[in-house]
Amino acid sequence: MSEWRYWFAEQRGTLLALGIFILMFIVYTANHPAGFNANVVQTASNKGVLLAFIAMAQTLVVITAGIDLSVGMIFLLTNCLASWIVVGNPFETTLGVVGVLVVGALCGALNGAIVIYGRLQPIVATIATGAVYFGLALLLRPTPGGSVNEDLADALTSKLFGFMPASLMALIVIVLVVWVPFSRSVYGRAAYASGSSEVAAYMSGMPIKRGKFLAYTLGGLLAAIGGLFLTFFTYTGDAAYASGNAYTLFSIAAVVLGGVSLYGGKGSAIGAIFGAFAFRTIGDLLFVFDFDALWQPLFQGVVLLLAVSLGAFALFRVRNRLEWFG
Amino acid sequence: MTDMTSVRFVDRMPKFMRRLDPAVTTAFACILLLLIVGSFYSTSFLSPEYLLQQLKVASFLGVIATGMMLVVLMGQIDLSVPWVVSTGAMMACAAAAYGPIGAALAIPFGVLCGVLIGLVSGFGVAYLRIPSMIVTLATNAVAQGLMVVYTGGFSPQDSATPAMRWLATGALIPAVPNAVVVWALIGAAMVFILTRTTFGRSVYAIGNRERAAYLSGIDTRRVVLIAFAVAGGLSAFGGVLLAGYASKAAQSMGDAYLLPAIAAVVLGGTSILGGRGSYLGTVAGVILITLLQSILSVMQMPEAGRQITYGIVIVAMLLLYGRTPASRG
Amino acid sequence: MQTGQAEPLFRMEGISKRYGGVTALEDASLTLRAGRIHALLGENGAGKSTLIKVMSGVVAPDEGRMIFDGRDVSFASPAAANDAGIVCIFQELSLIPDLSVADNIIVSDPPMRFGMIDRATQRKLAEDALARAGASDIHPSALVKDLPLSRRQMVEIAKALARKPRILILDEATSALTAADVKKVIDVLKRLRDEGLALLYISHRMHEIAELADDCTVFRNGNYVATYKAGTKTDDEVVELMIGREYNHVFPPKPVRQVDQPPVLECQGLGWIGRLRDISFAVRPGEVVGLGGLDGQGQRELLLALFGVLRGTTGEVKVDGKPEMISSPSKARGAKCGMALIPEDRKTEGLMLPMTVRENLSFAALDRVSNAFGIIDTAKENALIDEMVKLLAIRTAGVDIPVGALSGGNQQKVVIAKWLMRQPRIILLNDPTRGIDVGTKQEIYQLLRRLADDGAAIIFYSTDYDELIGCCDRVLVLYDGEVKRELAGDEINVHNLIASALNISTAEAAARVGGRA
Repeated sequence: MSEWRYWFAEQRGTLLALGIFILMFIVYTANHPAGFNANVVQTASNKGVLLAFIAMAQTLVVITAGIDLSVGMIFLLTNCLASWIVVGNPFETTLGVVGVLVVGALCGALNGAIVIYGRLQPIVATIATGAVYFGLALLLRPTPGGSVNEDLADALTSKLFGFMPASLMALIVIVLVVWVPFSRSVYGRAAYASGSSEVAAYMSGMPIKRGKFLAYTLGGLLAAIGGLFLTFFTYTGDAAYASGNAYTLFSIAAVVLGGVSLYGGKGSAIGAIFGAFAFRTIGDLLFVFDFDALWQPLFQGVVLLLAVSLGAFALFRVRNRLEWFG
Repeated sequence: MTDMTSVRFVDRMPKFMRRLDPAVTTAFACILLLLIVGSFYSTSFLSPEYLLQQLKVASFLGVIATGMMLVVLMGQIDLSVPWVVSTGAMMACAAAAYGPIGAALAIPFGVLCGVLIGLVSGFGVAYLRIPSMIVTLATNAVAQGLMVVYTGGFSPQDSATPAMRWLATGALIPAVPNAVVVWALIGAAMVFILTRTTFGRSVYAIGNRERAAYLSGIDTRRVVLIAFAVAGGLSAFGGVLLAGYASKAAQSMGDAYLLPAIAAVVLGGTSILGGRGSYLGTVAGVILITLLQSILSVMQMPEAGRQITYGIVIVAMLLLYGRTPASRG
Repeated sequence: MQTGQAEPLFRMEGISKRYGGVTALEDASLTLRAGRIHALLGENGAGKSTLIKVMSGVVAPDEGRMIFDGRDVSFASPAAANDAGIVCIFQELSLIPDLSVADNIIVSDPPMRFGMIDRATQRKLAEDALARAGASDIHPSALVKDLPLSRRQMVEIAKALARKPRILILDEATSALTAADVKKVIDVLKRLRDEGLALLYISHRMHEIAELADDCTVFRNGNYVATYKAGTKTDDEVVELMIGREYNHVFPPKPVRQVDQPPVLECQGLGWIGRLRDISFAVRPGEVVGLGGLDGQGQRELLLALFGVLRGTTGEVKVDGKPEMISSPSKARGAKCGMALIPEDRKTEGLMLPMTVRENLSFAALDRVSNAFGIIDTAKENALIDEMVKLLAIRTAGVDIPVGALSGGNQQKVVIAKWLMRQPRIILLNDPTRGIDVGTKQEIYQLLRRLADDGAAIIFYSTDYDELIGCCDRVLVLYDGEVKRELAGDEINVHNLIASALNISTAEAAARVGGRA
């Protein structure tokens, strides 16, 4: 019995995000003209998975009490790169995929190096590297275009066994291959610890710097996976500035909804995934209720503003006003 | 003894020279360098007309960067610049559609909208203690949402009032663009506020150590709130000027101003951690960024190359003098 | 594994450590033997904390050597000391709040399986460690931040035990514990002693030391004083060993107080989340009231509570006989209360170091030199600043240099001066002479007395007993958030201060007061 209690306590944020998502999704499908069927699920999944990857990427960095404002631009850059190199025969395609992932990881590693070893503020550093990544994306695709191995793209965006969206399956695999090992590694724990209390982590002799660096690098890798999937969905590369910015913004919203603390140390990528799904569904709710699509950005903005304000409730517990100032 | 004489010497120097820090000097040196490099590409680069034209373009960024500097001095950041600029521009133009009274109130109305957004951001930062980066991202999204709803997703049809156009493109004093005069006035006001008022001192103090400022009996939360409101108003005013320059507002007109505004402030020697920086530095940063843009376009560097150059220049400059002190050996 | 009684497990010789100009530890020596509990005694600033930090690799000593197990050792980091077998349980918790108890206990070197942390094994190890610490009631899956302070302290002890230490250092490890926990910990420590560990025990609770310690070492002023077998000295003799600070301060004479004036500040039943309990006192104009007791017994919180920084305080504060709700420093400094607080840490709370002397000096009094629009009247500001620089004899090369460039003593003068610009009626000082030179200290003593003579009420917390004795008309001694004793007049002497700080009976002490005061 008590075992469950602690599990609940630890997973509270994640479960809350899951709850919000399920609720929203029920409301969504119940009012969807087509009702609940495999196609609706597949469309929703494909849209949600993209944000889920970016939100996971953001989570890794946020856990260390940092932030990655370049995540949307890494997403664009890898999308544009994939539209060049993920083509040809299976071997070439594989090489292309690996290339895209490596570039993403390098972008993340560069962010990490500048923040950790260069000791720059994550906000400004990643805004600046974001500009570089966007420039590179624009260099690759001054106008939208390119192509992708369509067999692979179709395979990863279709349904498995007639009902399971392949993109969702891919997300689960990535969680198992990237997130689970990271969160249970010594470095993952150091990343959490440094976000929670850097002094205590140091006193405990944890590998803080390497843990953080790994978190930034994997963040870049996950953003690249998102970029790959964007290419699979659209068959093109497009360096769309507004889209990159929107993904960065939505990743933060998803992370907050997913119960990941922006002060670091708390939350999981699984929560962020549900947060991403919930955020997407909330945005799509407007459609099923026949609201004009024009209201969507405002609605999403307000959801984000409210979500980040929720954290302020902790202020009521502060008994020493000096704690306001960190 | 040498110590004492050097101190005396420093005391006798004009005040702005005494406060000159290496970053500002570096920024001015870079401006000179850019002018020299530019003159190789184009002979007209050093002509007074061209330089005045550059100064005019710089003044839009200058107004926006002034607000950004105020916020950065407190150790905060304002990421809502893109859509506050657009909101200011669009709302001013929108007011213009309401007859002569609307036209007369266009500029204050645009600025007021920016102030309101700034107040929301400031409330989140000061009273809810949410990191400014997050709050301003959110208010940026809300402002964007509002504008999308207002315009219906198309470029707005209203155009700028004659007053806005005159402010941005006219020249009250022959040969001196009004925009430059406006920037100079705002700059002078900011210098006065930062150096000669309780509010300005508090801004620096909060940036240095909010805890100490609070224990000195300053209502630090109110100061933060006001500073964000002023920054919002200045961003919106920048948008008003831009709309006057282009004679109408456009959806994403503010996107191109976030990074340059932060860059101008930081390259001008204002510490991103707050508490340190002079307006002279920001002026240098603004001119530096504008010249850099100009040269890149003279060199016919595509947008991609400009973005990459920006990013690299900013990271490099920050690594030179913007690093946080090393924690524990 | 038991090393012979004759061969010490650990020895340090001639260890010195200086922070800036302040000597924290001078030529210190200490010997620890396996299978024995060694208590470290000394008052505030005796050098205990520094000694532990040196032993556990947090700071490097400037001089001296450490011999562990017959070999010379030096530790570059806490991790290095841990690896060697020296583990310290710090006063400030080293736990990571957002991780589980098990994660925290097995923080270094967790069991691995397939390249991942093996949670099942880790949990077993954590349970073992908790059991050894006598805290098997704590669930290994609980998050540390959800535990109350006393439970966290037990986790801290379990974490130390999981590292299989050969020397275990406990720095006030029992101060946050409940009586039942203390008993458990004492049993655990005795068992560890029997298992052959060497323990170094620091506590201000004399009865715990009496129960646990085999050997005791006394430090004073950063110097080694004496080592003796436990039980061979009475409490009074121990207190005598701890006294003995060199008496080189000259204090201004204390005038005879008129007691008929009404108090300017009254405090009734002041409490705050269990850290301050039922504190009542009154201060009259012209009085200097000291706060005594060991560091961290609520003195800092009391000053912050009076200054409006703490939320959720209970009880009543009256200024000039009228109840005041002081909810912020800006209210506290306002005309009604006229308070000033010289905070604990001048570098982070008192000053903005990179800003100029001018900006710092006038910062708290800007409302007095500016008009309704907040525009500063420079002439007025300069006049006031000049006056203050002269009054406090602040030595600076002009007022437009960063205040961080001044010496510690002059920085502290700036902090005091910036508040004197407001002419406060109630002045709260939090250990204002910590880490500053003797000359400046003297000036501050003179200044305090002069301010009191001009009618200010002064509350003065100091960790230096001599200052309390020399400066104060009365002293409130705090222990565990309560005023345990109020000393006045001739009662204010070293013996009484130390004895009541340790909360031990002073029946014997009372008889011998005359000789020392």
